[in-house]
Amino acid sequence: MNQFLHTYASIIPELSLALGALALVLVGALAGNRASRFIHYAALVLILGIVVLIANAPVAKAFLFNKAVVVDHFALFVKFLLCGGVGVALMLARGWQKQEKDNSFEFPLIALFSLLGMMIMASANDLMTLYMGLELQSLSLYVLASYDRDNVRSTEAGLKYFVLGALSSGLLLYGASLIYGATGATGFAEIAQALNGTPSMLATFGIVFLLAGIAFKISAVPFHMWTPDVYQGAPTPVTAFLAAAPKVAAMAVLARVISGPLGHVSGSWQQVLIFLAIASMALGAVAAIYQKNIKRVLAFSSIGHMGFAAVGLASANAEGLQGALLYVALYLVMTLGTFACVMVMRTEKGQLESIDDLAGLSRTQPLLAFCLAMLMLSLAGIPPLAGFFAKFYVLNAAVLSGLYPLAIIGVLASVVGCFYYLRIIKIMYFDAPVHDFVTPRFEVKAVIYTATAIVLLFFVAPQYLVMSTRIAVESLF
Amino acid sequence: MMNLPMLSLITFLPLVAAGLIALLPNRAHGLIRVTALLTTLIVFGLSLMLLKAYDPLAHGFQFLESHAWLEKSITYRMGLDGISLPFVVLTALLMPICILASWKSIEQRVKAYFICFLVLETFILGVFCSLDLVVFYLFFEAGLIPMFLLIGIWGGKRRVYASYKFFLYTLLGSVLMLLAIMAMYWHAHTTAIDALLTHPFPKEMQTWLWLAFFASFAVKMPMWPVHTWLPDAHVEAPTAGSVILAGILLKMGGYGFLRFSLPMFPDASVYFAPLVFGLSVIAIVYTSLVALVQTDIKKLIAYSSVAHMGFVTMGLFSGNEQGIQGAIFQMISHGFISGALFLSVGVIYDRMHTREISAYGGVVYRMPIYATIFLFFTMANVGLPGTSGFVGEFLTLLGAYQANTWVAFIATTGVILSAAYALWLFARVIFGALEKDSLKKLHDITPRELACVLPLVVLTIYFGVYPQPIFDMTAEPVAALLANIQHVAKPAALTISTLF
Repeated sequence: MNQFLHTYASIIPELSLALGALALVLVGALAGNRASRFIHYAALVLILGIVVLIANAPVAKAFLFNKAVVVDHFALFVKFLLCGGVGVALMLARGWQKQEKDNSFEFPLIALFSLLGMMIMASANDLMTLYMGLELQSLSLYVLASYDRDNVRSTEAGLKYFVLGALSSGLLLYGASLIYGATGATGFAEIAQALNGTPSMLATFGIVFLLAGIAFKISAVPFHMWTPDVYQGAPTPVTAFLAAAPKVAAMAVLARVISGPLGHVSGSWQQVLIFLAIASMALGAVAAIYQKNIKRVLAFSSIGHMGFAAVGLASANAEGLQGALLYVALYLVMTLGTFACVMVMRTEKGQLESIDDLAGLSRTQPLLAFCLAMLMLSLAGIPPLAGFFAKFYVLNAAVLSGLYPLAIIGVLASVVGCFYYLRIIKIMYFDAPVHDFVTPRFEVKAVIYTATAIVLLFFVAPQYLVMSTRIAVESLF
Repeated sequence: MMNLPMLSLITFLPLVAAGLIALLPNRAHGLIRVTALLTTLIVFGLSLMLLKAYDPLAHGFQFLESHAWLEKSITYRMGLDGISLPFVVLTALLMPICILASWKSIEQRVKAYFICFLVLETFILGVFCSLDLVVFYLFFEAGLIPMFLLIGIWGGKRRVYASYKFFLYTLLGSVLMLLAIMAMYWHAHTTAIDALLTHPFPKEMQTWLWLAFFASFAVKMPMWPVHTWLPDAHVEAPTAGSVILAGILLKMGGYGFLRFSLPMFPDASVYFAPLVFGLSVIAIVYTSLVALVQTDIKKLIAYSSVAHMGFVTMGLFSGNEQGIQGAIFQMISHGFISGALFLSVGVIYDRMHTREISAYGGVVYRMPIYATIFLFFTMANVGLPGTSGFVGEFLTLLGAYQANTWVAFIATTGVILSAAYALWLFARVIFGALEKDSLKKLHDITPRELACVLPLVVLTIYFGVYPQPIFDMTAEPVAALLANIQHVAKPAALTISTLF
């Protein structure tokens, strides 16, 4: 037993999560929907336990399963974010299920498996592990997207997500096989050794396909087509789920891949990432201007934000990786807070989704309007809110690498993007009220206030997150 | 008392007060107003203490504070020198006046209004007190948020358009500065302003950095041709918003030139001086002409502000003591005068709810005291000797004359034009026959309104007669700045004059 614990100490969080989730499946299968409340809270407690385990994890870098899995500061930091993202989304989901009078118990279970997949992605040190984690995560998400199964929109979203997601998984797998063909290895360390100097044509193709597969997961342009429809169609807590943790996981995988196996061949992927970054920032800034549905606005906004995070990765330096990590961490907070605000848009008749429905919120619910306004300004990257620091770090890295055009396009896109964030503030503050929203549930309010407090007060002591992301990124090399 | 971190105290006190006001009940209007007024008065008192404790003969920055922050070399640094201190005091002075001016005219969403104002004060004071580029940028940009809300919520008919234009225009200007700050960080490996003042940036790099900073400050200033946001913002903003906008926010541009562009990029500043001169004289002459044809009182004063800021940029880049001292003086004096002019417009707007010049005429018969005050500030705006407006304009012209005679010559015509639009405005609003029925019920200026403008009257006359205190304050840093510029300007001075 001791021997076992010693060898597998680093993946105890994943093991506990898997076993816990399976146990809850059993409970669900035996007790049915009666246990739905219990399962929900048990899942939250389980996630909380995992967070504690991660926080107390051994600090040394550990490899497991013939180096297919690595546990380092980077993985731990990302897993911490993932647990937070999934936990908060689950809190939001509880309220939503109550309001929709949906008493099914599957939601938290699928979310737990998705979390497991994402955690494996964060620790992947082998193309096989990467793919397994990614698929576990994605398959769970396809189900969640169509969770509201009597709703045409939701089922359409799930199907769309599934078809395009399967295609992207195929691309990724194809890329992985090409890289395997060129290097004869699937382990990241071996690939890094083989890919030294100018990569062969075969390897280059492999790299591009691999990146395209991951780009789909972070919904970077031109692989973003699914995002607005899925965000709009999926139930709001699911959208919150989709927009938060999976993006962090995919970004983490991308960071690990470009710094590990592809670390020596930055020439073959930097151009790709620069293109992805520019295209995503530009589309994210412009396309959202024409949207009326708040979830679609946020979909384009998240495309733009992933573009910004990609700026950090495209810089191909440690500062950039740190910036990207900081970016997704803060993005996670802002996104969850914003979607919690979207969940507040609810009258007696049901959920509302048009941004015009927010009119006059500053009169009817001043505190809530203030929170949403701060979150919007933070997403827009206006100092002194947290979003500014995120943008600061990725752009700073781009400037260090001498990628001035990228940095300039980035800041210009952020100015254009400001327009639609400001529009939401304008609607809340300058227009006359139209709706009286029902009082939001406690969990939703807690999420909104916490997110706003983080966003608002981040500038007081930014050094802690900056330091932890730095330590995390240093463990990649 | 001086052992406390005074600058952080003075900067964040309004923010704390804003937090307190947020906790007060919505309906407690009186309490909210009194809290806001008291806070701003305390801040003003503290700023006077700073003024008293400041040693004008000492070299470098005073009241230094430094704490670990973002990075090892991006720290929370605060400090004041003779250039920033007058602006801190000016801000602290205008704020209670603004609060007092909004006492009655703001009736809707009183709580949010005063919170916005106090938050704005924190950000403005932070701009002038910060001694780190990133901290500076943080405050510089953050000021957009409360101002956006002030214009958008309590503004006039086209408030939405004006608030967007204000926000996006100024933001677009500043983001390029952010990139320049990053480039400076990677070159100097620090963003401490006092260290960067003497950091030698290569010439080629200076050009780009200068342009990026220029984009930001030229919009803020505003210089022709990027001034178009200002008339809209001024017209739509509530009275106190206009006072802050004209009195302080515009000065951030000039302060930026003084603090960053001139000392950090001296080569580029000399190189681009002709460009600035050109834009300045266009601003002086063109916007004065535009001001002549305005039908809206506030818009007219807004254009007059652009013209007066033209004198400031002209003086700043003249590269000699008179020009720079004059520019600083002009900024301070314009803070009094334009602030008072917008307050004066606010007085009749509160009574008549229109800013159209044609809606007035013969006001002097109903409001003699008001007419006197308005006349005084009109004259000060024109630059009548004996008022502070004269000193600033005269010195900047003197400075420009040494750098380039033609620039000074053309700019002087602007003085005549300013007399034309200002006096004509005065004649149309105040004089003439009292024919309109709506005007016949006007009552004269109230004690509260008088209390707003009287301090400004006193200061305008005092510094018009005896400007020495401000020059004493700025002498040391300006001398240091000039030593730095003239070091590079000697060979380049020829190119400035040969260009014309």
